[in-house]
Amino acid sequence: MTLTPDAGDKEAVVQFAQALEIEGRSLWKDAGIRFMKNRAAVASLIILALMGLAVLVGPLLSPHSYDAMDWSAMTVPPTLENSHWFGTDALGRDLFVRILAGGRISFMVGLLGALVAVVIGILFGAVAGYTGGRVDSMMMRVLEILQSFPFMFLVILMVTLFGQSLMLIFIAIGAVSWLEMARIVRGQTISLKSREFVEAALVCGSRQTAVIVRHIVPNILGIVVIYASLLVPGMILFESFLSFLGLGVQEPMTSWGALVNEGAQSMDVAAWQLILPAGFLTVTLFCFNYIGDGMRDALDTKDR
Amino acid sequence: MLKFIVKRCALAVPTLLILVTITFFLIQMAPGSPFTSERQLSPQVLANIKAMYHMDKPLWQQYLYYLGNLAHGDLGPSFKYADHTVNQLLASSFPVSLRIGALAFIAALVLGVAIGTLAACKQNSLLDYCVMAVAMTGIVLPSFVLAPLLVLVFSVNLHWLPAGGWNHGHWANVVLPVTAMTIMYMASIARIQRGSMIEVLNSHYIRTARAKGLPWRIIIMRHALRPSLLPVVSYLGPAFVGVITGSVVVETVFGLPGTGQHFVHGALNRDYSLVLGLTLVIGALTILFTAVVDILYGLIDPKVRCQ
Repeated sequence: MTLTPDAGDKEAVVQFAQALEIEGRSLWKDAGIRFMKNRAAVASLIILALMGLAVLVGPLLSPHSYDAMDWSAMTVPPTLENSHWFGTDALGRDLFVRILAGGRISFMVGLLGALVAVVIGILFGAVAGYTGGRVDSMMMRVLEILQSFPFMFLVILMVTLFGQSLMLIFIAIGAVSWLEMARIVRGQTISLKSREFVEAALVCGSRQTAVIVRHIVPNILGIVVIYASLLVPGMILFESFLSFLGLGVQEPMTSWGALVNEGAQSMDVAAWQLILPAGFLTVTLFCFNYIGDGMRDALDTKDR
Repeated sequence: MLKFIVKRCALAVPTLLILVTITFFLIQMAPGSPFTSERQLSPQVLANIKAMYHMDKPLWQQYLYYLGNLAHGDLGPSFKYADHTVNQLLASSFPVSLRIGALAFIAALVLGVAIGTLAACKQNSLLDYCVMAVAMTGIVLPSFVLAPLLVLVFSVNLHWLPAGGWNHGHWANVVLPVTAMTIMYMASIARIQRGSMIEVLNSHYIRTARAKGLPWRIIIMRHALRPSLLPVVSYLGPAFVGVITGSVVVETVFGLPGTGQHFVHGALNRDYSLVLGLTLVIGALTILFTAVVDILYGLIDPKVRCQ
């Protein structure tokens, strides 16, 4: 028996190896497959996608506009007639279009607010965690101090002083919500920075900023995504809360919080004005929460 | 332990000072003044008013003056309710908010912990699933949606309870506001408690206790409850802030004469001093409460204070 394989064997082995060459699966792809197995999360995703589509396209389908008053149809219950599908409010404005227009605001605030929180949170947390030492402990003190603030009230104070505007709400929400994110990112950074691949990068002569941006941040993205998806419903809630109190979006523009408030005032004669926007808001919050839970189960490898 | 308490209290002082400073300078940055109105005031009158509120002095003097007043507990006059000081408004409205808030907070805590523990003991049973589904609904139903819905069902349709008003704190007027405030936090606490209780029940010392033949009741009460409460305690801070925030909504919906309603009206009327004063009081309360919670955490969990 010879130890060197003959040509035929070799070829067979190569063929076998080629057939074996399975496509590698990245961690993200893995997580995607796990997420897809979570029925509640997928259903929520579909509902939200439909809702997003409706919010974007829906107002174009209706002959009414969100601020036009229909004098002949005030406080009309939902009807197919005259295409007031969700009825009208006390001023004769079409509720279907108003709910969708309000939904635009809610979605925009939720997504943009989460984005702002993510960016600030990552920067602050990664710098604090990576630098360590005195800088870190000072940045953490700042965080601790900010965290025990009643921000909701500070935001209302700002609204009182500078007037009501959407821009202010964005800034306020973004500024408030990055604290927890920064804390999480810092914790992850600290555990990552002593790992071999970071050392290797430093030995190869990477600059500190490059290490943070190229090596640390991509590795904490998983947990950031989880947390960001749980942030979105919080943002939507925050905006709705302000609008409910009349401190958020201003007339004639509207948002779900403002619609719930209007509905609450006329619920004894027109319950649909309360129930419809409340339903939209609740379903959206439900879906975002389930998606967040699903993402956590899919991306968090600790539980498996 | 004493060192831990002192350290934690020491952190509260700069926090308060920063809060005061931020609010003061926010006021200064605000466009317009509280005295801009449709009717043009004569310059002489305006100067007199400004002198009365010490607005003619340089900024740093105003700041010191303001700090000095705060140190006396004086929040100044309200700009819009001309005959009232902020202190008077606060004194008349705070008991209302305190009553509702305290009831809601205690109810949320006790019921939440009880429900969470129950669900954890019957893990994966029908009861567990039902309770957790209800809890999820409670979490996504914000108080400003829940409160009007409660009114719609129990006042408008069933006529069981009054739709609003305070009526000197009659119990019937208190039920709906407290329910609206409680449910969301009760649901969150129940979820947290369930998770941590399941974790504790899986640990070795609980297995030992069961092997010894201890009855369930004693295992839960004596061994499992205290460690499982830790995550709940750390949630108390946010829950407290939430209850205060919720009181704003609930007082608006039910028309209760509480602090939260003053806050909203002040914000809508741009009553600077009222909103500022209330922000400071609520801020101070929050900061104090967070400190107390942290100390409580140290008392329950020996690991924390040794750090």
